[in-house]
Amino acid sequence: MFRIESWQEIFETMQKNKLQTALTMISVFFGIFILVILVGFSSGIEKGVKSQFEEDATNRIAIRTGRTTKEYKGLNPGRRIQLRNKDYEGFNEKYKENIEYKTSVFSTWGGQVVYKGEIGNYRIEGAYPDQQFIENQRMVSGRFINNNDINETKKVAIIGNQIKEDLFKKKNPIGAYIEILGINFQVVGVYSDPGGKREESRVFIPLTTAQQVFNAGDKVRSLAYTVNMSDNFDEAVALSLAMSEGFENDIKANHSISPDDRSAVRVNNTLEEAKKIYGLIATISYIFWFVGIGTIIAGVVGVSNIMIIVVKERTKEIGVRKALGALPNSIIGMILQEAVFITAFAGFLGLFAGVALLELISPMIDSDYIKAPQVDFKTAMITVIILIIAGSLAGFVPARRAANIRPIEALRVE
Amino acid sequence: MIEIKDLHKSYKMGTNSLHVLKGINFEVSEGEMVAIMGSSGSGKSTLLNILGILDEADKGSYHLDETLIKNLNEKVAAKYRNKFLGFVFQSFNLINYKSALDNVALPLYYQGVKRNVRMEKALHYLNKVGLADWASHLPNELSGGQKQRVAIARALASNPKVLLADEPTGALDSITSYEVMELIQEINDEGKTILIVTHEDDIAHMCKRIVNLKDGIIIDDSLVDQVRVKSLENV
Repeated sequence: MFRIESWQEIFETMQKNKLQTALTMISVFFGIFILVILVGFSSGIEKGVKSQFEEDATNRIAIRTGRTTKEYKGLNPGRRIQLRNKDYEGFNEKYKENIEYKTSVFSTWGGQVVYKGEIGNYRIEGAYPDQQFIENQRMVSGRFINNNDINETKKVAIIGNQIKEDLFKKKNPIGAYIEILGINFQVVGVYSDPGGKREESRVFIPLTTAQQVFNAGDKVRSLAYTVNMSDNFDEAVALSLAMSEGFENDIKANHSISPDDRSAVRVNNTLEEAKKIYGLIATISYIFWFVGIGTIIAGVVGVSNIMIIVVKERTKEIGVRKALGALPNSIIGMILQEAVFITAFAGFLGLFAGVALLELISPMIDSDYIKAPQVDFKTAMITVIILIIAGSLAGFVPARRAANIRPIEALRVE
Repeated sequence: MIEIKDLHKSYKMGTNSLHVLKGINFEVSEGEMVAIMGSSGSGKSTLLNILGILDEADKGSYHLDETLIKNLNEKVAAKYRNKFLGFVFQSFNLINYKSALDNVALPLYYQGVKRNVRMEKALHYLNKVGLADWASHLPNELSGGQKQRVAIARALASNPKVLLADEPTGALDSITSYEVMELIQEINDEGKTILIVTHEDDIAHMCKRIVNLKDGIIIDDSLVDQVRVKSLENV
């Protein structure tokens, strides 16, 4: 099958049927091209959405409180629910089996931060050391808050990359003193966050320090936990859901909130959201593969069709070949090889064109939800295998037909 | 070389069955040059197809070079065709996108002969039919007579036992016909067994024996004085 002669034969027949070959190649080309683009974009969407989630840990549960909207046990609606240290400590004790990381947060929406005349307005958050993992932050330099900072209510600050750029430019901020709301803090760390600039424009200080300098007593603004992940994703989601419900019910019970009041306590379960979104991504990716394979099938049917025409046109020639001693297998091989060659060649062109286009446009796409639409090596290999199988399928029916041509009938064709 | 006994063949045409060959008994020994004659519908083409292992008889036996030809599968049939038989057709049946040389080399390709050996042999046979200079030409650049010569070279290339020619001069004018017949006579002189189906009297008389078919049976089978094409040209 791989003798030079058989290739010469293919090129000769292709030249003979230039238009048909070209049309077929175009249909296969676009089949693969579209598949590659679709798969590329579906992986881009996947990456984009996943990175949106990565700005925080995916197994995070965040708890906030607001105002009540329902009358309950004689209490008027519109009452503000305030979380306190004892809520946090109570949960830590009650759910310690299932908690991975934990923090309570006391934050201000905006606070003036000054370094040697450079001024900026940033969000200030008091938190525990675990905050780093719950927020999915990576240290660029220095360290995050530690337990010692908490116990001794130290005036230390960890600043985001963006703040470092704004205030320190190229200088090293570690060890330097910044003024937060007029109080001196020593910078001990710089972090980066997958969430980007917005998430990197925050200053973290020890929770105890925050409560002290903001005169907050034992008040906290929110709580955040991550759930211990089991290997089974569905189990983890179920556990996370159960915990979310537990948190909500406990707060409602402890703060005398009507069980059906939906705005007083808000528990945000990222894992549950993640499950929905991942399900959606998987569906999108299935649909894209389905559509892509569909277009390939259309192309392959085209190849098959052309090969049937080729066989029909070459009936007499095949008859002559058989009369001269061609074995049925050599006829099947001839047609099959041609079909596989046409599909593979056009398909590879489509693959390369698709990959090239993705490479070209991928830097131009500036969307949070599509990131770097690309086709990885594995996908490309799968496409190639699909191509070769498709080519053989396309050639099979016409090849069988050719092999069954009876020379005597073929020779009668004028 | 060829031994046929009580050969029957019928074709189904819808509900009717058409009995084409009704008991043919016929022998050809090595080196003979036989013309098979008959009007259309006499069964001569059917006989040639059976002889050429392109078709199979319903009844009777056919031995080719002492090999019984019966119930062959496609693979074996192809092998025997390649080994025993060379075909020459009325409409030449050259592959029109292959050069004269490649056409001649095709049976050798199916024998699995290596490329350089194949090309050398093909050129030898092309030279034999006087067309070595036309080796690289495509069939549509050749005249009818030249095409038939290429076809004869192709039929000879696999060095078959028997050359089967179906109306080899049917598509040629008389001068070219005679030239082709002269070539076939020369090949016969070298000892090759040749069967020619024709309906032209003068062509038939250039063979050594004429078999006359009518309505599926042989009505006459006699040796004739061969008319040499060479002697005609001298006159």
